[in-house]
Amino acid sequence: MQDDITELRRILRTNHTIAVVGLSAEWHRPSYFVAKYVQSKGYRMVPVNPRYEQILGERCYARLEDIPVPVDIVDVFRRTEDVGPIADSAIHIGAKCLWQQIGVKNLEADARARAAGLDSVMDHCVKIEHARLFGGLHWVGVNTRIVSARRPV
Amino acid sequence: MADREFKPETLAIHAGQIPDAATGARALPIYQTTSFVFDSADHAASLFNLQTFGNVYSRLSNPTVAALEERCAALEGGRAAVASASGMAAEAMALMTMLQSGDHVVAAGALYGGTVTMLSVNLARLGIETTFVDAMRPEAFAAAMKPNTRAVFAESLGNPSLAVLDIAAVAEIAHAHGVPLVIDNTVPSPFLCNPIRFGADVVVHSATKYLGGHGTTLAGVVVESGKFPWDNGKFPGMTEPSPGYHGVKFYETFGDFGFTMRCRMENLRVYGAALSPMSAWQILQGVETLPVRMERHCTNAHAVAVFLRSHEAVSWVNYPGLADHPQHALLARQMRSVGGAPGASGLLAFGVKGGAERGVRFIESAQFMSHLVNIGDTRTLISHPASTTHRQLDAAQQLAAGVKPDMIRISVGLEHIDDILWDIDQALARARASA
Repeated sequence: MQDDITELRRILRTNHTIAVVGLSAEWHRPSYFVAKYVQSKGYRMVPVNPRYEQILGERCYARLEDIPVPVDIVDVFRRTEDVGPIADSAIHIGAKCLWQQIGVKNLEADARARAAGLDSVMDHCVKIEHARLFGGLHWVGVNTRIVSARRPV
Repeated sequence: MADREFKPETLAIHAGQIPDAATGARALPIYQTTSFVFDSADHAASLFNLQTFGNVYSRLSNPTVAALEERCAALEGGRAAVASASGMAAEAMALMTMLQSGDHVVAAGALYGGTVTMLSVNLARLGIETTFVDAMRPEAFAAAMKPNTRAVFAESLGNPSLAVLDIAAVAEIAHAHGVPLVIDNTVPSPFLCNPIRFGADVVVHSATKYLGGHGTTLAGVVVESGKFPWDNGKFPGMTEPSPGYHGVKFYETFGDFGFTMRCRMENLRVYGAALSPMSAWQILQGVETLPVRMERHCTNAHAVAVFLRSHEAVSWVNYPGLADHPQHALLARQMRSVGGAPGASGLLAFGVKGGAERGVRFIESAQFMSHLVNIGDTRTLISHPASTTHRQLDAAQQLAAGVKPDMIRISVGLEHIDDILWDIDQALARARASA
């Protein structure tokens, strides 16, 4: 899996469409926070959850395979033991990155994604990492671990 | 490429501050503003719902204050931090984020007098009870734990008792009971000791002291390790929907910095002990030189301890940096080495032969050593705790806090060591002559 500053920056900078698997329509759920955040940062967010028709103004799909546009990052809000088939779907649809959220850490899925040439991130939050690397998280006193003499870009 | 693990000397200068996004300013700009504009109504709603990060009002967060917060988190090896208007405010905010009425605290007896008062008087008034125990006996912490204990509180190096806490042993006891260990790490500063490395969950500082170092500015900071399992069933405020924040569940939403977010959004926001941007900037000017200052504080204090120990007018010396101090081995395990010896910080205590009265005369006879109650200044500071910082405690409480009637506390400064020893020597001589 990738978790260093250079790789995470590349993943978040070069990808533009994020499918959020297991997105909740409840506004106070962490997945909703993440989806709304990535929309506000200019990403195309595609909800994936068979329970809903639409979330945050975007059509919701039951499966990754149903999404009619190319998906870059597959962001997984599911239990660790359920990630395997999602990883296979991510590979199947040609996604660039399998991203398992905080607390989600399926090592086999990580290995399969990397073997298929995808980037793979585990046990991290897309929103928190984006805010850490591109600004925002610093304002709430979090240790971003960034040491640099260059302006944030 | 794995991220580099930067050393504290580098973090003290760089952590939390990259060149300003708007202007490229290399030094930290002072964002002296109460409020920040919203881009749109939707942006405002996202900020208030905590769905995006950003500044709203400087009582909650401010970019200049944030640089101090992140730098302290980095220096302590923590996940996140929140600053406050003073060290006492930091302690109060840290405890109020984990405690509620009906809870119990186990605290070291050897604590700063103001902390003892907060626990035994002010928090007691809110229905939070504290048992004080001997800081040098970890088993005393274990014996005092109750079913409703929700925090263990101690100083890494006691002020002014200089009791060295076995942080790992006390952390193990706290964790066995599912409660966090809160450490006041003011006296060692984050350069000499990082309690999180030994299992502490929350670290508080009076940044007024060594972090600032110049004695000009009050500030405090609360640092969170990011490792405590707040969902263990004992901290409903961390896991249940916050009625003060539209039902946000802080631990679920913010994970390993959920404690800091709750401290900021519930306690800093509501009680209002926010640090001013100007003060944060002044403290940060000091933090940049913390490592070099602490090294000199340690070597000067060690020389003072050696000098006092062989002085005929001195009855006793307490400085854990002395090799034959009973807690020296523990100190060596927990503190950074300075010049081949464990750094014991700049604080030491001693007794003047002839008791309290002659001690007071010593203080009044000093030429440049300042009689005041702060510590961690560039200047050498002297005080008589029994009649000042610990005055509000009764005699038994004073002894429990490690304060003897004849105790003189010195916060050894950065003046030339020969001059410091000269002033001590002449003041001891005048104290004796005037008797």
